Amino acid sequence: MNFSELFKQSNHLCKVSPDGKYLATCVQYRLVVRDMSTLQILQLYTCLDQISHMEWSSDSQFVLCAIYKRGLVQVWSLEQPEWHCKIDEGSIGLTSSRWSPDGRHILNTTEFNLRITVWSLCTKAVSYIKYPKACQKALDFSRDGCYMALAERRDCKDYVSVFVCDDWHLLRHFETETQDLAGLEWSPNGCVLAVWESCLEYKVLLYSLDGRLLSTYSAYEWSLGIKSVAWSPSSQFLAIGSYDEKVRILNHITWKKIAQFDHPSTITKTKAVVYKEEEKRPALSEDLSLHLNSSSSLFSSQSKYEILSLPVHLPVVKPDPERANPKIGVSNLVFSSDSRYLATKNDSIPCVLWVWDLQSMTSVAVLEQTSPVRCFQWDPRQNRLALCTANAKLYLWSPGGCVAVQVPAPGGFQVQALNWHNTGHSLVLVGKDQLCLCYMDEDQDQDQD
Amino acid sequence: MPESFLNFKDSGCSSVEYRASPQRMFHQPSLHRSSVCSTFCTDGNVQECLLHITQEMASLGLSPIWVESTRPSELEVVAVLNCIHDLIQLHLKDLRALENMEVEQLKSNSSIDSLQITSTQLKEELEHYKRENNGLHERERQLQHKVKSLQHGLKNEKEEVQKLQSIISTRAGQYNHEMKRKEREFDKLKERLNQLLSDKKDRKQAIDVLNRVGRADGKRSLWKTEKTEAKREEEMYKTLLNDYDNRQRDLLQENAELKKILQQMKKDMVSILKSKKSTKTDKFERFQKEDDDDEEEDALNSTKHSVELFSDDAREQLTNGVRLQWRRLKNHMETLDSKVGELPDRDYSSVSGQTQEQEMESLKLEIQKCKDFIQTQQQLLQQLSSPCGEEVTLLPTKMQQEKERLEGEWETLEEQRQIFDRERSNFTEAAIRLSHERKSFEENRAMWLKYHFLNLSPFPDSNKPEMQSSESPFSIFEAENNPGPAAENDFHSLCEGSRTKAVSASSEDRRQ
Repeated sequence: MNFSELFKQSNHLCKVSPDGKYLATCVQYRLVVRDMSTLQILQLYTCLDQISHMEWSSDSQFVLCAIYKRGLVQVWSLEQPEWHCKIDEGSIGLTSSRWSPDGRHILNTTEFNLRITVWSLCTKAVSYIKYPKACQKALDFSRDGCYMALAERRDCKDYVSVFVCDDWHLLRHFETETQDLAGLEWSPNGCVLAVWESCLEYKVLLYSLDGRLLSTYSAYEWSLGIKSVAWSPSSQFLAIGSYDEKVRILNHITWKKIAQFDHPSTITKTKAVVYKEEEKRPALSEDLSLHLNSSSSLFSSQSKYEILSLPVHLPVVKPDPERANPKIGVSNLVFSSDSRYLATKNDSIPCVLWVWDLQSMTSVAVLEQTSPVRCFQWDPRQNRLALCTANAKLYLWSPGGCVAVQVPAPGGFQVQALNWHNTGHSLVLVGKDQLCLCYMDEDQDQDQD
Repeated sequence: MPESFLNFKDSGCSSVEYRASPQRMFHQPSLHRSSVCSTFCTDGNVQECLLHITQEMASLGLSPIWVESTRPSELEVVAVLNCIHDLIQLHLKDLRALENMEVEQLKSNSSIDSLQITSTQLKEELEHYKRENNGLHERERQLQHKVKSLQHGLKNEKEEVQKLQSIISTRAGQYNHEMKRKEREFDKLKERLNQLLSDKKDRKQAIDVLNRVGRADGKRSLWKTEKTEAKREEEMYKTLLNDYDNRQRDLLQENAELKKILQQMKKDMVSILKSKKSTKTDKFERFQKEDDDDEEEDALNSTKHSVELFSDDAREQLTNGVRLQWRRLKNHMETLDSKVGELPDRDYSSVSGQTQEQEMESLKLEIQKCKDFIQTQQQLLQQLSSPCGEEVTLLPTKMQQEKERLEGEWETLEEQRQIFDRERSNFTEAAIRLSHERKSFEENRAMWLKYHFLNLSPFPDSNKPEMQSSESPFSIFEAENNPGPAAENDFHSLCEGSRTKAVSASSEDRRQ
């Protein structure tokens, strides 16, 4: 495993292009495009103000830089560096900006969610979409880029509009049976739209592409409901994480629950392997000069995974019951790329990550870290999970074992987020204002601790 | 009592022996007063009667009626009257006592009766109270049970109330949060509205692009017409239909696989049951019937197998068949289990036990045989290793003999080889010579033929002397020819000689 040197970035804005050749990072008001293999700076663009959001177009030709403060969006071209495009939303303000799947339209959500403006780079035309809903996830594009689903709210009722992304033609517009829609997501095959309620009611509705209601699922009443939803990449399963610290898996044929995964604080009977991260501080030798030369090693600690025997008691962080959106429940669900594994995190036990096997519908591994897990992502090519806990280490899990790798970056670099490259050969580790690239050595086997 | 009275009557005066109890006597007079008085004393036995009476009086403790000093036949009237009076007093006293006692007995009887009545009453009351007590205990127990269940229910309700309260509090917190958020947004909107109203310059939306960019896929965009709308709809339905087709295909595949597995399972179960059935003999008829059923089913299935079991009936039949086989297998297993638990009295278990024992014995025998075999092997090995020394000394002599024999044979073979080599060389030489001679012969012949041809003339006379001279080359030729055959003869003789030599050598060998 090789690590690159550190590069500057701001606002966690560093993204690999969809074709995997370039890496774009934002440093304050500058956009830096590097070549992925050599990390040489290919292009450098200057925006008008600090960049709030940056996104690659789907064909990796353009990069969008949004400046929410000033309501500006600047688009840069990789092919022609002298090409420029500036979209000014004017007094109406800007809260979010994104590309359309064809890479030629930009959708800007104005302030107060008044409307969504669709700017076309091909025709300079403008379209408006009224009454978008201000919720967790109001807009979703299908994976093949053909359709867009948008949640709207008119007259205290929720609607969903399905647009054809080619010409922004409204295909379907239907009312949903929700009180307060919180989010929607297309299934990866683009045929089913999952719509879920806000956390006050546990309700998931499944609509087909043409607007028919296929099924409704509600696990329980009254208690706080859904916290997170994820489709499996094969569209076979829909995983719903809720505030009662459980994940329920629905199947795509009957839309009924086929499995329920619990996240208890005490594990007494399981076939899963429980890993615990043990930190060992290196003993200070008398010759301090050696240590001072490599300043990081003085304060760093080596981590190793130990396998715990049952019963295991996990550290619980009790949430404040008075506050809203309590830190309890399954907040993060990520499927592996072959839909075989599911990684989940329970907010009331934030240091622990659970990995579930969907073939046997049981848990396969429980990883207990020393600090709360910040970010975890699956390798796009194989069943390998990378996670970080805001310290200078990178943790990798695979069915063969678990490994903790020290990131040899100086100056207290803490890994706060990570992104896999789409080939699975490298990882982008994002810290507070720096980033580091980690290249996986494919020849080595993973150590099992 | 009647008997004693009769005795008294019979004995008469000799009633000294008879001492009936005074009570009986007194009882009697009340019943039989008239009969007793008259027959006791007669004219004849007055003295005896007197004596008897005085004795009796004395025994009773009364004054005697007769003293012996006076005349025996005359009685003292006073004494008699006194006696009679005493007797009457006694009698009256006795009667009175009797009456009293009767009265007392009556009293006691009545008291007994009343006591009995009261005791039965009390017993009844006791029973009644006992029953009441039991009933009260029972009620108490039930009430306690009810109290416990109510307490339990109360605890549950309290817990539920707490849970609901917590839910309400979280929901209230969520609602408050949402409300605050909305209020903040509202405030922001109001501010923005104010700002916009007061703002002089109205920044308009605009896009500033250097030049238009082509579409990613290079196509031109289409006008929005009904046709395009219809096409969009069509495309959408196509994707949906494709998805459903794929799903249906997958489900069909899965179904087919599952059906196959079910059929295989059924076949396996049938085969297992059939093999088990063949071992049992007394339930043969039943199994035969079942065999027939199975055969029928198999026949049906084999015909339906090709049809791929799409119809509901076929599916039902398959599932029913599997269920039937599974039930049979279960029953079979249960019977086997029950037999394992039973005592070995029954035939099957004894038979199986016997077979098991037989098997055990045979296995033991085998083990014994193997052990014996191993032992013999060990012994042989020991023998081989221990008398190794003797055999080692024996071996060299044998080997030497062999060696000598072989050496002798080797020598003879060497000699033969040498002979053969010599002969071969001779042969080759002879062959070379022969070829040379043949060559020369051929040359001579050629020359003679040439000469002859050249010297041929139509005039025989002129050639005669030449013919003679020409004969000379022919003669020379002949002379020269002769050695050819001679050489050949030599060659042949040589060959024959060598052959004979070889024969002799070999015969010598054989003789050796």
